[in-house]
Amino acid sequence: MKTNTKIFLGAGLLIGIALAVFVSPLASGSPDGLEKVAEEEGFADTATDHRLADSPLADYGIEGVDDENLSTGASGLIGVLLTLGVGLAIFGAARVLRNDEAGQRTEQRTESASAG
Amino acid sequence: MHVPDGFFDATTSIGTGAVAAGTVGVGLRKAAHDLNDRLTPLAGLVAAFVFALQMLNFPVASGTSGHLFGGALAAVLVGPWAGMVCVSIVLFVQALLFADGGMSALGLNVVLIAIVPAIVGYGVFLLLRSVLPKTRSSVVTASGIGAFVSVPVAAVAFSVLFAAGGAVDLSFGSVLAAMVGTHVLIGVGEGLITAAVVSAVVASRPDLVHGAHHLATGLAPNIATEPITSGAAS
Repeated sequence: MKTNTKIFLGAGLLIGIALAVFVSPLASGSPDGLEKVAEEEGFADTATDHRLADSPLADYGIEGVDDENLSTGASGLIGVLLTLGVGLAIFGAARVLRNDEAGQRTEQRTESASAG
Repeated sequence: MHVPDGFFDATTSIGTGAVAAGTVGVGLRKAAHDLNDRLTPLAGLVAAFVFALQMLNFPVASGTSGHLFGGALAAVLVGPWAGMVCVSIVLFVQALLFADGGMSALGLNVVLIAIVPAIVGYGVFLLLRSVLPKTRSSVVTASGIGAFVSVPVAAVAFSVLFAAGGAVDLSFGSVLAAMVGTHVLIGVGEGLITAAVVSAVVASRPDLVHGAHHLATGLAPNIATEPITSGAAS
């Protein structure tokens, strides 16, 4: 990977972190489009509690942190880094599996070629 | 638009779960074909960036907010297949750790927020790109409009699914009108944010934008990563 690509990716990550940490506390707390429609159309009460509503990160906060800005911002930082980690793991694994499959096909071809 | 638990019956939740798992699985296989030392970390970054942008709810009307879906944005940046996987990863992390989007509704959310917006957004993007001049600003315009369209289309998809398997029987027309009306406004935000991000990336590193590969001269968009299978070997 070229150095300027690394710089580009690093800068992108820093901007993402800055948005999640410093801008997210300013986000609108109003119900989102679906929540609003559910209220107006009268099906909001069919929603049930999230099974993981007790998660320490539930609703983009950190359990036990009283300062709302800090709580939201820190949960944003954790979320961005975790998403990055899961993303790298999944795409990395997909790439390895693809290479394995390609390698097996090459081996099969070599075998069938030498057998023939 | 994160669907909570309880809005849909079990059949619809399981059915969309199966469709989501199958489609994202195919998407990951297709995306894997292009993954290399640049696209792999870029795809991870796009997922992380969409997570950050989804935290930023913007006001759209009195007492209503919306946030980026990100399907169209991710599709333009890393391709529709990798893009839908990126947003699915975001939805997975949100449901599992942030209690955002029901666990039983994960399939619905992947269909509505990742798959439909990635396919619709990228489809509109390709259509516009083919008729617009071959310039960077056309890529920005096409991605913004594709993103704008993707959100009300997802709202239509929600309404259809709700009529088929919603927890309560409501007039399809009434739900559809309310969903599309609100999400056209959210779509405007989606389009503006998508255009802004694509514009910034295209300005600095157009070679990293999947949807701008056609601008590069002398470079094939996808050079096959596998050795060419020659029939002559047998």
